[in-house]
Amino acid sequence: MATNLRRFGSIFIRGFSSSSSVLGSSVEAHLLQPPVATGTAGKSINLYTAINQALQIALDSDPRSYIFGEDVGFGGVFRCTTGLADQFGKHRVFNTPLCEQGIVGFAIGLAAMGNRAIAEIQFADYIFPAFDQANTSTMLIVNEAAKFRYRSGNEFNCGGLTIRAPYGAVGHGGHYHSQSPEAFFCHVPGIKVVIPRSPKQAKGLLLASIREPNPVVFFEPKWLYRLAVEEVPEGDYTLPLSEAEEGISCELIDLKTLIPWDKETVEASVRKTGRLLISHEAPVTGGFGAEISASIVERCFLRLEAPVARVCGLDTPFPLVFEPFYMPTKNKILDAIKDTVNY
Amino acid sequence: MASSSCLTKSKTSIIHHLKSIKLNSHNLLHTISSPPFPLPKQTTTSPIDSAIVCFQSLYFRRQLHSATSVNNEVHQLPAEAPLQQVLNYPVGKVKFTPKLAFTAGSTEERVPCYRVLNENGQPITDSDSLEISKELAVKMYTDMVTLEVMDTIFYEAQRQGRISFYATTTGEEAINIASAAALNNQDFVFPQYREPGVLLWRGFTLQEFAHQCFGNKYDNGKGRQMPIHYGSRKHNYFTVASTVATQIPHAVGAAYSLKMEKQDSCVITYFGDGGSSTADFHAAINFAAVLEVPVIFFCRNNGWAISTPTNEQFRSDGVVVRGKAYGVPSIRVDGNDALAIYTAVSGARKMAIEEQTPVLIEALTYRTGHHSTSDDSTKYRSIDEIEQWRGDQNPVKRFRKWIESKGWWSHEAESEHHINIRKQLSQAIQAAERVEKPRIADMFNDVYDVLPKNLMEQEAFIRKTIKKHTQDYPSDVPL
Repeated sequence: MATNLRRFGSIFIRGFSSSSSVLGSSVEAHLLQPPVATGTAGKSINLYTAINQALQIALDSDPRSYIFGEDVGFGGVFRCTTGLADQFGKHRVFNTPLCEQGIVGFAIGLAAMGNRAIAEIQFADYIFPAFDQANTSTMLIVNEAAKFRYRSGNEFNCGGLTIRAPYGAVGHGGHYHSQSPEAFFCHVPGIKVVIPRSPKQAKGLLLASIREPNPVVFFEPKWLYRLAVEEVPEGDYTLPLSEAEEGISCELIDLKTLIPWDKETVEASVRKTGRLLISHEAPVTGGFGAEISASIVERCFLRLEAPVARVCGLDTPFPLVFEPFYMPTKNKILDAIKDTVNY
Repeated sequence: MASSSCLTKSKTSIIHHLKSIKLNSHNLLHTISSPPFPLPKQTTTSPIDSAIVCFQSLYFRRQLHSATSVNNEVHQLPAEAPLQQVLNYPVGKVKFTPKLAFTAGSTEERVPCYRVLNENGQPITDSDSLEISKELAVKMYTDMVTLEVMDTIFYEAQRQGRISFYATTTGEEAINIASAAALNNQDFVFPQYREPGVLLWRGFTLQEFAHQCFGNKYDNGKGRQMPIHYGSRKHNYFTVASTVATQIPHAVGAAYSLKMEKQDSCVITYFGDGGSSTADFHAAINFAAVLEVPVIFFCRNNGWAISTPTNEQFRSDGVVVRGKAYGVPSIRVDGNDALAIYTAVSGARKMAIEEQTPVLIEALTYRTGHHSTSDDSTKYRSIDEIEQWRGDQNPVKRFRKWIESKGWWSHEAESEHHINIRKQLSQAIQAAERVEKPRIADMFNDVYDVLPKNLMEQEAFIRKTIKKHTQDYPSDVPL
């Protein structure tokens, strides 16, 4: 969790108590502590290995599951599909031509025939050509995947579709290897949007997404691929989508699924603390944080002790050299916490 | 990146250099037939590196050659400097040529169009054509007429304001019905929107068509899409989307599924000349070629993408030539000749399944109707042109001449069929009109497999609002 706090690889929301114990160095210490071992059985592994395990289990547990995308055959540029083509054959784990909308369009058709189609978009920055299919990759994602069930009146669905995409900053990615496009997808009814924060979450949420009867866009925080390490159960397990997790430390809430998102957990926390800070790496304007903020104001207006604060990415293209300024990192978060508490 | 730009640079240098010298074809031929130039020792590097090395040596040789040509008029290269004849690039073995020859962007002759029946409905001598039974021929013909009549009546219904929109298939009846007849009903269809005849062939009833156009509670699509957006799981016909060509890559994914399951069936996807310009078409046909899947790409080249004629759509010889570029077997067929389409699609289906390969079919035809009820095509094309295509080229008339010449059809049968279909359609429309709309819950169902909380809340909110302001909401939508 602390890893996540330092790097902000996923969206999270912070609700916090106004009691004095939250203020000052104790908060800081909390935020900066290394991850605490969860105590579950399993080896300590990093996030991409957890993804790899989930994919291996998905292929092994369902003979009608397929993984494909650019360069996935040899293991993928982030190594998430390492060893899978050898184990399951080149018909189930294969390279595609370099064309994101082709990947997503193909995946929709494969899923529509009752298969589990696990498509990899090499970088979330390149998901936009697919927008129509999901509506082209984002089109394919937006117009096709998202509406497949609805527009056919449930005659057909592509619920077996999962689109994986590494996303977010990585320290040196510049414009086209750093973006956080989750808000675009959250605006489209019919798909679910999931972002894991840690290896254990990644494995359980990815398996849940693959087995979910609705199309899922699964963003993997690429900065955490190697950096985030924790004990992960070795076997097959899933974690529920659309259920936020709170109280991890100082009333931190990890939404994990953005669409549909767990409003109730956030609302309960805000009712208790009277304050809310939302943070995501994507640009602040029109970001998903705006949606969260509006919803919480609707529900908790009289309980709020301070304006909802947002610590997010800035409204610029992702700037290579200026990345440290762009990112919603610890100073901005701590200052915002203090401002909100002292409001 | 560095390697490829180096390669490009070498190529450019060669071309530039060649332009500046006097070429001697005899010499160059000799050069090509010389024994391979021994590659330097570092050939243990990647194929790309080898290619660069080769280009460098080629360039080097050319300098030598030009020097000798210009200064000494020597017509042969020194024996110790032979050229590499063939190089095994990652793309395959490629021969070199000393000729600076760009491939032509077009050929003088267009790809010929496969035809069986002439304008008089008579088989062309020596035509390759499958035998078809009387029963099949009559069903093909009657379905073509049914489609024609359905279009006429639904079009009128739209003009009368009874349905919100319609698009006819007029002029493309043979494409619809004959392609469907050549397929097995187990084959999957990913349509554009001008192929309702395929559904008709498979047994989707006129009443079902009417229910969809009226968006009532019996519409498979639950009233969510515009008229003509048909779909039916029972008929393996995926639901139409208005988006042009997004269905093409879906067909490839579905075909991959059939391949993996070793099914004895294929997928067909339809699209128009306009659709062939989309990135989806190019992505899909390339994926299909690489993944070797049983899919038929059926392009209805009807000359018009709404108001855009094909000469503003592409410069290639139509769509059929693209097949070769992607490594996909292809054929151009007369889209107004039902027998030719039937035979071509049958052949394509056989190839697709037995050889596990995609096949591209380009059917040349003409959209004799407007694009849709929202379009008046006389604004951009002449009535004379349209009339021309409604005459001898009309696919329904042509097929009728053939079955009449076989003694399988008569004026009486024609008249009886027309009356029968008109009556059925009139009843279907009246019935569909009376059926209530889908219930309000269907506005929220199927966004996901089950309702998430936000949609539950929104449904509750809508119900409350309707209750409060009943007079402001349509009364034919049940709560």
